[in-house]
Amino acid sequence: MSSKSIEDYLKAIYALSRNGKPISTSEIAEYFKIAPASVTEMIKKLAKKGYVKYSPYRGVHLARKGLQVAEKVTRKHRLLERFLHDVLRITEEKVHSEACEMEHALSDEAEESLCRFLKHPDLCPDDGKIIPACDLPFSTCEECIELHKKNLEESGRRQQIPISITQLKKGERGKVSFIRGGHKVLQRLCDMGLTPGTEVTVVKSAPFHGPMEILVRGSRLALGRGMTEMIFVEA
Amino acid sequence: MAHKKLIIALAGNANVGKSVIFNYLTGLHQHIGNWPGKTVERAEGTLSFKGYTIDIVDLPGIYSLSTYSLEELVSRKYIAVERPDLVINVVDASVLERNLFFTLQLMELETPMIVALNQVDIAKRKGIEIDNEKLEQLLGVPVVQTVATKGRGVSQLLEMAIKVIEKGQTTRREVMYGEEVEEGIAKIIETLQNVQFIYPRRYVAIKLLEGDEEIIREIAKLVPQAVKAAREVAGEIENLHGHACSTVITSEQYEAAGSVARQAQKLVPPLKLTAEERLHNLTTDRITGYIIMVSSLLLIFFGIFTFGNYTSDILSNFLYRLEPLSTSLFGTGIVGSLVWGGVAEGLIAGVTVALPYIIPFYIVLYFLEDSGYLSRIAFLMDNVMHKIGLHGKAFIPMMLGYGCNVPACLGCRIMETKRERTLAAFVTTLVPCAARTVIILGLVGHFLGIQWALALYVFDLVVIFALGRLAFRVMPGEPSALIMEMADYRMPQLRTVLKETWFRLAEFIKIAFPLIIVGSLVIKAADVFGLLNPIANLLSPVTVVWLGLPVITGITLIFGVLRKELSLILLAALLAPVGLQALTPVQMVVFTLVAMFYIPCVATISALVKELGGKKALYITLFEIAFAIILGGIALRVLTLFA
Repeated sequence: MSSKSIEDYLKAIYALSRNGKPISTSEIAEYFKIAPASVTEMIKKLAKKGYVKYSPYRGVHLARKGLQVAEKVTRKHRLLERFLHDVLRITEEKVHSEACEMEHALSDEAEESLCRFLKHPDLCPDDGKIIPACDLPFSTCEECIELHKKNLEESGRRQQIPISITQLKKGERGKVSFIRGGHKVLQRLCDMGLTPGTEVTVVKSAPFHGPMEILVRGSRLALGRGMTEMIFVEA
Repeated sequence: MAHKKLIIALAGNANVGKSVIFNYLTGLHQHIGNWPGKTVERAEGTLSFKGYTIDIVDLPGIYSLSTYSLEELVSRKYIAVERPDLVINVVDASVLERNLFFTLQLMELETPMIVALNQVDIAKRKGIEIDNEKLEQLLGVPVVQTVATKGRGVSQLLEMAIKVIEKGQTTRREVMYGEEVEEGIAKIIETLQNVQFIYPRRYVAIKLLEGDEEIIREIAKLVPQAVKAAREVAGEIENLHGHACSTVITSEQYEAAGSVARQAQKLVPPLKLTAEERLHNLTTDRITGYIIMVSSLLLIFFGIFTFGNYTSDILSNFLYRLEPLSTSLFGTGIVGSLVWGGVAEGLIAGVTVALPYIIPFYIVLYFLEDSGYLSRIAFLMDNVMHKIGLHGKAFIPMMLGYGCNVPACLGCRIMETKRERTLAAFVTTLVPCAARTVIILGLVGHFLGIQWALALYVFDLVVIFALGRLAFRVMPGEPSALIMEMADYRMPQLRTVLKETWFRLAEFIKIAFPLIIVGSLVIKAADVFGLLNPIANLLSPVTVVWLGLPVITGITLIFGVLRKELSLILLAALLAPVGLQALTPVQMVVFTLVAMFYIPCVATISALVKELGGKKALYITLFEIAFAIILGGIALRVLTLFA
């Protein structure tokens, strides 16, 4: 089992799942266009290594360890897509498959430089999905831009990459740590009590990727999908 | 000191019972208008108490005093510029921490204030006990516990307000930020020493650090060096904390609010879920939530239309009996027919829609809003509304639109940005209101069967969706996502509901009636002077050639501008003695389609002008006329293929 195929599987599960709900092996099979049996075999191996949790009838979902890898590789993938699209002017249809090959070879250091070079993009070019967070300890990209002029190394690193709040399961908690969309979004969330470091609890999410209900500072908030995707937490 | 005038402002988060207190204090002595030049509502009322005449201003419900929304800006400016004698900060005891965040911000404006700790009953049921004295001591301002829905504590609140105004307020606790922030604030205040500004110096210093655009702009004109100093200090703070300065400040404010809340409250969460929570879970559940929503909405619509139809008939029968009276007074000449056919019929038209449909609609709507259910509907519908570039809250004006488009357009104010208000208002004008329902049911439903009428409703939804999506694509700007507090359910208050209904109705009458009357006078005059037939002939290339309708529909569609169902009533009259059966089934469908979409009625247009401005209202009107005509023509050609 190569690290490339591990990453590909975790990335696929990440893309297909939401709110930590298990997805079926046949969904993954369809995603890769391969036989369900070989997917099941692979999933079992991933489960053994602690990347995913799997039970034959309920399906598979990412464990914390797997989620970290998935966020990382998805981040690299979407940044590369941006690069291929914006800088190399490769067409939208082709960037995905190109990025799929390159993402495994991109080092963390190069990824960080790429992000800076692209001026901290929020979305990937082909399907407008949010680019996951990095492990620098900033709450917005603007802070990174500001502080990069000074000294980036001083600011240290997070122990783990913040994960999207949309990946949290019902009842799970996390601390707000990174907000996409810059200062305006952050200020709006701050005013409602979601300041960086605040603990939030996921109560439920409406079906069909609807809004999420969260508890923060003793009050109940409904956050639309466009907003939850911007919020990354340390769980 | 008889009849001294005082001004007291009510400020606080949304859903904390602010308007209940407002209603309790002012009764019917209220005036609801707009803030000058803004589409933000301003509610004012007066009362007499202990020899004072007190003006109460109900500020919009907001969560912060930054400038994210118009409401926040308006509130902040009001407190700073108009300097009310006292601000009563209404605080929800059951969500203390978030509410105190706003309280601490208010304090920075250095306005005299007291706190109304409201909904202590709900807090108690949630297992939250608040130590009043402790809270007073921590905040440095008087705190009065209230249960506004039962009127408890409201008179004590007023007494305390007067006491504080008479004595003047001295003690106050300001949020103390971390050392480096406080040092920075001191440094900036120094540069501001010789400046007179509407906001207090400390507040200006804090806002400069936060990068508040409005204040930076103003101060840059007066003391550019203060802005420069603030930028330097902000840079230092950012370096030290590794976060943007505004984030540091907001975090520390929340930290302070949290610490006050933790010290003043005792939490003993109940073992069982409260009834409110169980209801919340049921109504937001992925299965039961939708079942409850759909069935209650259907019930509401069915109920209102049955009631509306019935009372509308009775009312118009009664009012038309007054015709002989008018004839005997003004005769049947030009004056007589202008008075009856113009003014009186216009009035009747207004009354028979407003009273039977709009009043019950408003009552139900405010009942739902007051209870907290509307925010649950917004939660469930967010995803659907997202498809047309809006978020869940936009479902509320759309729902209103089924009753009448006028309040629906006015209701689009709940959307946060201008772009969303425009989009939502456009979409609501496409919703078939009660008047259009009369046409759909009275023509297609009656002659072709209810399944065809339902098909038209479904088709309307498709059109709303398609055009909404189109408008969303065409309009520049980013959609903003939903952030909404879902406050606990509570028993709605009949008094508040009826009062809201009354004030909305007054607003409706003010906007709609003058135009309906003037409009019908103009059309009647055209009729009296024999201009209608020439106009109908002029329109015949469109009505006859393109739409395949009888010539007279040109006239009836003009009348429909006043009030949509008039076009049907008139058509029936003009087609006499055969009546509406004279139309072929295809003509019926085409006529109904055109009537559904062709133009927002004159009252809706004026609501659009009020909310969006003349230009946008004109664009929407022209677009809908063109759209209806094109659609009608296509429908004719397609339907003839199958007929």
